[in-house]
Amino acid sequence: MASSETLTSQGYIKHHLTNLTFGNHPEHGLTFASSAEEAAEMGFWAVHVDTMFFSILLGGLFLWFFKKVADKATAGEPGGAQNFVEWIVDFVEDNVRGSFSGKNSLVAPLALTIFVWVFLMNLMDLFPVDLIPYSFQALASLFGADPHHVFLKIVPTTDPNATFGMSLTVFFLVVYYSIKMKGVGGFLGELTLQPFGKWGLPANLMLEGINLLSKPVSLALRLFGNLYAGEMIFILIALMYGHAIVMSIGGGLLQIGWAIFHILVITLQAFIFMVLTIVYLDMAHQQHH
Amino acid sequence: MNINLTLVLQMIAFAAFVWFCMKFVWPPIVNALAERKTKIAEGLAAAERGHKEQELGARRATERIKEAKSKAADIVSQAQKRATEIIDEAKQDAREEGARLVHAAQAEIDQEVNRAREELREKVAVLAVAAAEKILEKEIDPAAHGAIVDSFAKQI
Repeated sequence: MASSETLTSQGYIKHHLTNLTFGNHPEHGLTFASSAEEAAEMGFWAVHVDTMFFSILLGGLFLWFFKKVADKATAGEPGGAQNFVEWIVDFVEDNVRGSFSGKNSLVAPLALTIFVWVFLMNLMDLFPVDLIPYSFQALASLFGADPHHVFLKIVPTTDPNATFGMSLTVFFLVVYYSIKMKGVGGFLGELTLQPFGKWGLPANLMLEGINLLSKPVSLALRLFGNLYAGEMIFILIALMYGHAIVMSIGGGLLQIGWAIFHILVITLQAFIFMVLTIVYLDMAHQQHH
Repeated sequence: MNINLTLVLQMIAFAAFVWFCMKFVWPPIVNALAERKTKIAEGLAAAERGHKEQELGARRATERIKEAKSKAADIVSQAQKRATEIIDEAKQDAREEGARLVHAAQAEIDQEVNRAREELREKVAVLAVAAAEKILEKEIDPAAHGAIVDSFAKQI
């Protein structure tokens, strides 16, 4: 929330789209950024504390729960939690078996991690937009911070750092397995010797290079774009509160409607990220002739 | 919306999560699933086996029953035969015994008749002699005429 004196729509939106950034500011030294501009001035050596906190919290939650179930997993009659976990594992394994033809014990756990982690991070979108940031501001003001300069974004997947973090890791895995399965020569050959044969080398490199590089970019931007847009709409709807009563009620209804629709987006984006990862890794394992 | 160090930290966190999941979460769950699958398969196979065995047992039992029935019928028919034989034997014995008894009785009767006839003959001879004595009173010598009276008596 922007300060109460200057509570403008732009200020409100901008405030909601700024991460809690910790870094080395050229003027103020090692500190939390008090505005979006300051965060930008920190350059590369800054950390989005909110993104890190919520993503690691959710990843830890996922692994803690699944590990707890895995430790007690029996081949006998499964309990409720095990049933639920097995349902997800079965779903992921089905997808891996359907799309991935090679043999690699990394792919299925990777797919499971992506699916559940992205789903949980997306799920943060369903919290009312002001609830956690406002609580955090109240908490921070107890420690003497100016609440109007305390930022918090609770949906890690609306931060391109998080989505690119995952997609680049996947990209490195794709390159690693391409080279491992086909050798350096095979990988370079795939990049340069097709589809036009060796005399069309520059054109081949252009096409295949773009093809390769578009994978992490599209993977990250698709997830980021969907969630960012979803978040933006929640914020815009939230702007309707505080006007006339009719607007507030309408905003409430819209919020509910959008949240219900957003459940689909949340699940779908997690699923798409997982499936595309599997498909990319499958392509990395396949030999071209 | 800046790309910064968060990107690198996110990559590290992501890799760590995937590693942890691959090491400690995925294998036990998948193993449990696979184990259950084999268990179910074994159970189904055992059920199938049991079903077959039961069928076989039922067939064997039917055979046994059939066998026992035919044996029992054999035994009954043999017993019946034996009973008939015994009855026949008994009848035969009875018949023979009856015949023997009849024969013995006949012999005794014959003997009795002969004895009676002998007695009668003697008595008749005596009576005849006595009668002749009385008629003739004299001149008759029982010793001299006894042979004639005897031959007479024998004609009776």
